[in-house]
Amino acid sequence: MIVTVASGKGGTGKTTVATNLALVSPEAQYIDCDVEEPNGHLFLKPEIERELEVDLPIPRIDTEKCTACGDCAKACEFNALALVGKKVMAFPDLCHGCGACVFICPEKAISESSKIIGRIETGKAPALGGSELEFAHGVSKIGNPLTPPIIKRVKKLARDGRFVIMDSPPGTSCPMVQTLLGSDYCLFVTEPTPFGLNDLELAVGVARQLEIPCGIVINRADSGDERIHRYCERERIPVLLEIPFDRDLAFAYSKGEAAVMMNSEMAVKFKELYQRIFEEVGR
Amino acid sequence: MKELTIISGKGGTGKTTITAAFATLAENVVLADCDVDAADLHLILEPKELSSSDFIGGRAPVLDPEKCIGCNTCAELCRFDAIATADSDNQTITINEFACDCCGLCALACPEDAITMQECVNGRWFIAETRAGKMVHAKLGIGEDNSGKLVTLVRRQARFIAELEKQELLINDGPPGIGCPVTAAITGVDLVLIVTEPTLSGIHDMERVHGLCQHFEIPALVCVNRFDLNLVNTGKIRDYCTEHDLPLIGEIPLDPIVNRAQVARKSVVEYDCGLISRVVREMWEKVGNELWK
Repeated sequence: MIVTVASGKGGTGKTTVATNLALVSPEAQYIDCDVEEPNGHLFLKPEIERELEVDLPIPRIDTEKCTACGDCAKACEFNALALVGKKVMAFPDLCHGCGACVFICPEKAISESSKIIGRIETGKAPALGGSELEFAHGVSKIGNPLTPPIIKRVKKLARDGRFVIMDSPPGTSCPMVQTLLGSDYCLFVTEPTPFGLNDLELAVGVARQLEIPCGIVINRADSGDERIHRYCERERIPVLLEIPFDRDLAFAYSKGEAAVMMNSEMAVKFKELYQRIFEEVGR
Repeated sequence: MKELTIISGKGGTGKTTITAAFATLAENVVLADCDVDAADLHLILEPKELSSSDFIGGRAPVLDPEKCIGCNTCAELCRFDAIATADSDNQTITINEFACDCCGLCALACPEDAITMQECVNGRWFIAETRAGKMVHAKLGIGEDNSGKLVTLVRRQARFIAELEKQELLINDGPPGIGCPVTAAITGVDLVLIVTEPTLSGIHDMERVHGLCQHFEIPALVCVNRFDLNLVNTGKIRDYCTEHDLPLIGEIPLDPIVNRAQVARKSVVEYDCGLISRVVREMWEKVGNELWK
């Protein structure tokens, strides 16, 4: 089963919920898909066993064969190739690695080389009660603008028979959609503020378009107003957990300590959350 | 005209809170909300719309099922797993718009010309009047691509207005992360303000987004929000700033006033005249000194 933890608005507690849930769930596998700013490792403290690079195929032009016909530049939807005078120039930062240029070139003058855009690390982390959980995350290289290929690659590590928790990037555009695709359930973490509600509505829109059932965790549940509850009732989205603001927990978070490891009450709450998700998916 | 972008790396550190505060303190300012897939600045500034337009981000493949013979050439070539093959149950291929990267290879490869690339509307963008000044903001369609392009468009329109009306400053409320939309929000600006918080995540993400600023050689400032949540970590941020020659322009305490101001649809400096307001005003002065030094 794959559960994605997402939010729309950043900083509502996605990683808090995803990591704590992973720590209490049996047979858990945590996959951090927020490859621009992966933070799960700060709380799970995994022992990294394997590291692999993620590359993107980019065009290499054989100037001997190229007749500067410009077909490749015309074919490229991302303007990663341009005909400048009598020469084709490639702009690897704009390339999506689709291979359209290779396909279209009538002279077979384009081959592909690869460009490193990030890396994936996998390992194991200690979970609650002395068990272990599987850990993986993608890390985008600084300056790389294209993250979906890294997200796709790290998602492929999801294993059958595991309770897979995907930690999503914020927002509602391609990186978030790429993470959510193929999930059985989406858990949205929000806060009861106007910003939290606005961005939650957008994110729920994505889940509905993808026809993925969703539930809600309200973090800092006592810190804003009541509108989020009214929204959930109106939209018939179940609220699976509410976490009040607690300065001790916030302090623990700031140090990279997971709530369920230091607070037995939180451990009980997150075990209940795990149960609730199972019931919801079973519906 | 100067241009300032407020970013953070990590989401939820207070970018929009600070943007809204600066907006209400600044005179002769234009605002651009560059967080196009989760825009929030309008919730505080309550813009009155002056104009709105479609955002055509690019082209997407459209299948003519009449022409498709189910040869699956496109599905074999697609590198994004976005095409479901034709088989005994389905006579034609199906394009999954969410997985599709809109690269157009399928349209190029189709022997029957059954796929054409057509321009598509990916969102809308708006020019609006607010109590702080003109504002350009946008709404990316649900689950749409091309957020970087939309950020570029929003910034370009805001710059155009600022120059036309001879305003002194453009403030961009940036998106979280370090990817495509962030790059689009910071390239070529005069100054970046990084809003961080004293958590391991906040520090980790500040370092990465600062790396991005260095990559593009953009001068940056830092401020710490909720600095008193963890003074040891705030100390680490101070050390990082000293080591990297990054001016640390302010430390804002953790205070429920910030949320109350948001619920009341006011910027913190409009809502409160206590400590928070004083710190933010001092930060604003320092930003001004840096921009016009």
